[in-house]
Amino acid sequence: MGYPHPSHAKEQLVLSKHFGDAGARTFDGWVKRGGYEGLKRALGMTRDQVVEIVKASGLRGRGGAGFPTGLKWSFMPKEVTKPHYLVCNADESEPGTFKDREIIRWTPHQLLEGCAIAAHAIGAERIYIYIRGEFTAEHRILTAAVEDAYRSGALGGNVFGSGRRIDVVVHRGAGAYICGEETAMMNSIEGKRGNPRIKPPFPAAAGLWACPTTINNVETLAAIGHILVRGADWYKGLCLSSPKSTGTKLFSVCGHVQRPGNYEVVMGTPMRDLVYDMCGGMRPGRALKAVIPGGSSVPIMTAAEIEDCAMDYEGIAAKGSMLGSGGMIVMDDSTDIVYQVMRLARFYAHESCAQCTQCREGTAWTTRILERILAGAGKAEDLALLLDLADNMTGKTICVLSDSCAAPVVSAIKKFRGEFDAYLNRTRRPVMVAV
Amino acid sequence: MSGTPGAGPAHAEAHHEESYQPVFVGAVKARLEALFPQYPTRQACLLPALWMVQEERGWISPSAIGEVAEVLGLTPAFVKGVVTFYTMYHTHPVGRHFIQVCTTSPCNICGAEDVVKAFLQHTGCGELGATSKDGRFTVIEVECLGACGFATPVLIDDDFIEGVTPERVPGILQGYK
Repeated sequence: MGYPHPSHAKEQLVLSKHFGDAGARTFDGWVKRGGYEGLKRALGMTRDQVVEIVKASGLRGRGGAGFPTGLKWSFMPKEVTKPHYLVCNADESEPGTFKDREIIRWTPHQLLEGCAIAAHAIGAERIYIYIRGEFTAEHRILTAAVEDAYRSGALGGNVFGSGRRIDVVVHRGAGAYICGEETAMMNSIEGKRGNPRIKPPFPAAAGLWACPTTINNVETLAAIGHILVRGADWYKGLCLSSPKSTGTKLFSVCGHVQRPGNYEVVMGTPMRDLVYDMCGGMRPGRALKAVIPGGSSVPIMTAAEIEDCAMDYEGIAAKGSMLGSGGMIVMDDSTDIVYQVMRLARFYAHESCAQCTQCREGTAWTTRILERILAGAGKAEDLALLLDLADNMTGKTICVLSDSCAAPVVSAIKKFRGEFDAYLNRTRRPVMVAV
Repeated sequence: MSGTPGAGPAHAEAHHEESYQPVFVGAVKARLEALFPQYPTRQACLLPALWMVQEERGWISPSAIGEVAEVLGLTPAFVKGVVTFYTMYHTHPVGRHFIQVCTTSPCNICGAEDVVKAFLQHTGCGELGATSKDGRFTVIEVECLGACGFATPVLIDDDFIEGVTPERVPGILQGYK
């Protein structure tokens, strides 16, 4: 299946320019479209020079945390006394998010070029690309692109004649959302259960096999080649609102819009434009109820809150939510918020690695309470109990999976309390069966 | 460390699979060994090795766990711990075609539960996780497949199918004998 919608005039196509164009998948095809120029330039620079350009561009991590990429790279030791590693996080599993999949599917060399530049910048010779097990077609496409890049001299012992060695290993996951957490991912690559590690030490100090390691998201790395070719000032200039949020961002829009799909816009674009114009708004006869703007782990926004929201890290934070991964779940007025929050809680309960008590017990307990509310067997004190549980699940565990379960629950109770009350006071018919 | 006798329940169960033929011989062994230089430890080859077992045998049996442990210099208990952490590894036999339907919120609000019902009905599986009487299908609900804009995505074996509706289900199933 091709790309689901034609590009819109309000989009700014940088990363997604060649989505839907199968000719861009090969090494030759990518070079014909201007590819690998960024890597060639980077190879003529020192590590520090590359890091400084990325720092100056303002690029921030697109996986969800939004940490400045150049700064992250600068934490890697200057002296290479033991192997340095780059890990590319292609474990895209955050509900609502499906952008990395498209980058790999259509432009695998865009990713490999960014990986190679990043490896050069952090002094790494080996890159592990961790791709989720369910992305079967993307795994095949990426593996073929890696082989193509080796044959063409873009990877291997002497990258483009520079004398520099850069190797790529594609490592396939096997079904575990938590492996998208960077320290869980490192454990998974090492052949272990994907349990997150306590930080510090941070990966730049002790990551894969206790060696200095940097982990970057697919979309972050895909932007690097463009920044090297077009310059930090060009990237920094892609900004419509907060100067702390630069560049373009792929927003994955799903749910009840007429044209779901990935939309690449300049940071700071009004959320209203994306939902109502670019995505075609709601289905006929339906009105917007809620948006979860940054993947399922962030607080829910109401229809009123998206009216004047700039889509960048600061703009969405000002509305009490987060840009996160840019996965937007759009829900119209046919949506049962309580049921969907239960499905999200069930997701986190299923995906908890079960190391921390607050998460193991909290996600499962939250799910059971929501299920009994939906079954018409809720108790008057259940909402207070959910909020108390959420408080115990926030900021108290090794990783943020537990917090991610609490965020939609707390925000839904705050903003859609009437829907919970309707089940609790029996004015709404139960949709589940009590167990 | 090696898969020594009495090392745990995995080994005990292995005795019952008397006809067990090793997976890591010939070409499969060569494929695994070709991965060794890509990682500083043998242990790191565990996930790839388990994938190879599942590709060859359809599931990862207690005897296979013992064999993988032996080949990579790990204990069967450790390997079993890893196998059971990851949901895509099958610890028991499944139908010839394994169907995973995404039902997390983004797909859920687009009708994913009706797609699940259609698969359960048309495969004859009846309930989630059960295998049809002819051994042809197993259907499960899966958490987010990462294709939310293409609701409802379904993974049948290695085929990733987008935009599945209940109406499309009978036609899709015809492709899996």
